[in-house]
Amino acid sequence: MTLIKTHHLVKTYGVGEQIVHALDDVSLTIEQGEFVAIVGASGSGKSTFMNMIGCLDQPSSGSYDLGGEDVANMSSDELADLRNRRIGFIFQQFNLLARTSAIENVALPLLYARVGPLAELSKEQRYEHAKQRLEQVGLGERLLNTPAQLSGGQQQRVAIARALVNDPDLILADEPTGALDSKTSAEVMALLTQLNQQGMTVVVVTHESDVAAYASRTITFKDGKVIDDSPNKKVSSLGGLS
Amino acid sequence: MNLSIALQALKVNKLRSGLTMLGIIIGVAAVIVMIAVGSGAQARVKEQIAGLGSNLMILWAGSVTTAGVRGGTGTAQTLVEEDAWAVMREISEIQVAAPTQRGSGQIVWGNSNWLAAIVGATPEYFEARDWALISGRLFEAGEMSGAGKVAIIGQTVARELFGDSDPVDQIIRVRGVPFTVIGLLERKGQSMMGQDQDDIVIIPLTTARNKIFGALQGRIGRVSSIFIKSKDGADMKEAEEKVRELLRQRHRLTGNTPDDFSLRNLTEILQAQEAASKVMAILLAAVASVSLLVGGIGIMNIMLVSVTERTREIGLRLAVGARGKDILSQFLVEAITLSTIGGVLGILLGGLGTWLVAELAEWPVQLSVLSVILAVGFSAVIGIFFGYYPARKAASMQPIQALRYE
Repeated sequence: MTLIKTHHLVKTYGVGEQIVHALDDVSLTIEQGEFVAIVGASGSGKSTFMNMIGCLDQPSSGSYDLGGEDVANMSSDELADLRNRRIGFIFQQFNLLARTSAIENVALPLLYARVGPLAELSKEQRYEHAKQRLEQVGLGERLLNTPAQLSGGQQQRVAIARALVNDPDLILADEPTGALDSKTSAEVMALLTQLNQQGMTVVVVTHESDVAAYASRTITFKDGKVIDDSPNKKVSSLGGLS
Repeated sequence: MNLSIALQALKVNKLRSGLTMLGIIIGVAAVIVMIAVGSGAQARVKEQIAGLGSNLMILWAGSVTTAGVRGGTGTAQTLVEEDAWAVMREISEIQVAAPTQRGSGQIVWGNSNWLAAIVGATPEYFEARDWALISGRLFEAGEMSGAGKVAIIGQTVARELFGDSDPVDQIIRVRGVPFTVIGLLERKGQSMMGQDQDDIVIIPLTTARNKIFGALQGRIGRVSSIFIKSKDGADMKEAEEKVRELLRQRHRLTGNTPDDFSLRNLTEILQAQEAASKVMAILLAAVASVSLLVGGIGIMNIMLVSVTERTREIGLRLAVGARGKDILSQFLVEAITLSTIGGVLGILLGGLGTWLVAELAEWPVQLSVLSVILAVGFSAVIGIFFGYYPARKAASMQPIQALRYE
């Protein structure tokens, strides 16, 4: 089943007199359950594309369909609700709230749930839900630690738990290993792979080819266009970073 | 939901929250203390007006000039008892006029003694001054005409001589002459000059003239002052003019001859004082309000810093599904929470400050519920007013820019 379908997606920015085409006529589809890596040099448009499919930004023209919902004409409030329901974000800098416990960080998106069963949860139920997600990423013992009391890898796992807490259709990871050493990078990528194997659609934006190698499909951007879109050869073992 | 988010954010930044609140705390406390001091001063003036008696004028004997040396008020013995009766009889605006002869002397009871003011007066005196007895009785007609040796004493004299025991029917000596205490006056408090009005022994005017001040007596029937109370609703200015006219006529003063008496409308003076203290109270409150305003600007300042500093947090919240108005209300609630908690702490500090002013400076203070409500309401309004701009700024952020913010 198709989860993401973009149709002639264009995003332009006006910089003075010049018009920059950050995305130039991008049409592609991503199926449910795929593990996709989006690669390209900086300025290639991969981040813009991620913002677009993450519903953080609206295209200048073209259309975008996420799981049957037409995103292009939504108001910012509708986009916020859509992000809350369908997308889990993972960032390079983790973006955890400082001086706030892991479980509170993970429960944060639940505060903004407005529709569906998650909107009905009591405070205790939200924390119970968050606790399950932290256990899922192997941090069941660290519920009350603040980010400062956690290693980089642990912080990113908290962020992954946070991305999972709303039961999203899609995990969007923007340079998830950019701030981590190679060993913890491998752990984080293994975790994402494991989630994908459980059926989660995962899209990773990266400029590191060994991170991209975890994915089953690599989409390469250059100058706002897709220049290559091909399936990866299966990596024989996880931890193939070395 | 927003309240718990806001409280958590404030808890995370305890020091900053505390410092921000400090501005509001001091502002609210200042408003409360200043209003308490201002209304305390006003209350004291009001009390003095009540203590003086309402619609009161006092007529003093004038000064005398001997060989070019001018004496002070009262040196000339120009007022006589009959002046008082004439004023009461002939001027319709006047309710009562009470001639008095004032002096002082040693009062003795048993083995204790005390120097107090001695006032020779008539029963009209108590009416003119709105002064009631708490026990005993007033002078009777026979005592007035027959120079009866009876005395009505004030609270201070009673306390100094009798302590807690009942002074009525006791025999005291006034300048060596035995008097029976027949009445005890209610407390009157300080006069506008700060004199203790309760430090007084009142005896019949005839007795004072014949038995106490007799040796100093000059003209027959002379008195040192006359207390004049005009009727309620009467025009005091007009009454004052009529009294002056009558006195000049009775004293045979014509043309440009200066008055040989002085007439003072004390109520009017006090009312002017009351107006002045009201202005002072308003001024104090205004100055304190400025500090509250500064506190509010402090909140805005900190909230702006906080919004900038937490740009990435805002970006994250937007990314995980917060709407603009969630962010708006979060920051607004933070600002209001700061100012409200600050307001409550300010009330406590203000109460303490008011108490300290009363205890240490011994100023009259009056803590009013209205000022407390006003200060808290004002601080909440400040929270909304000064919190809105930073909150608006936070809410209008774009998630991508906010997330990328370094």
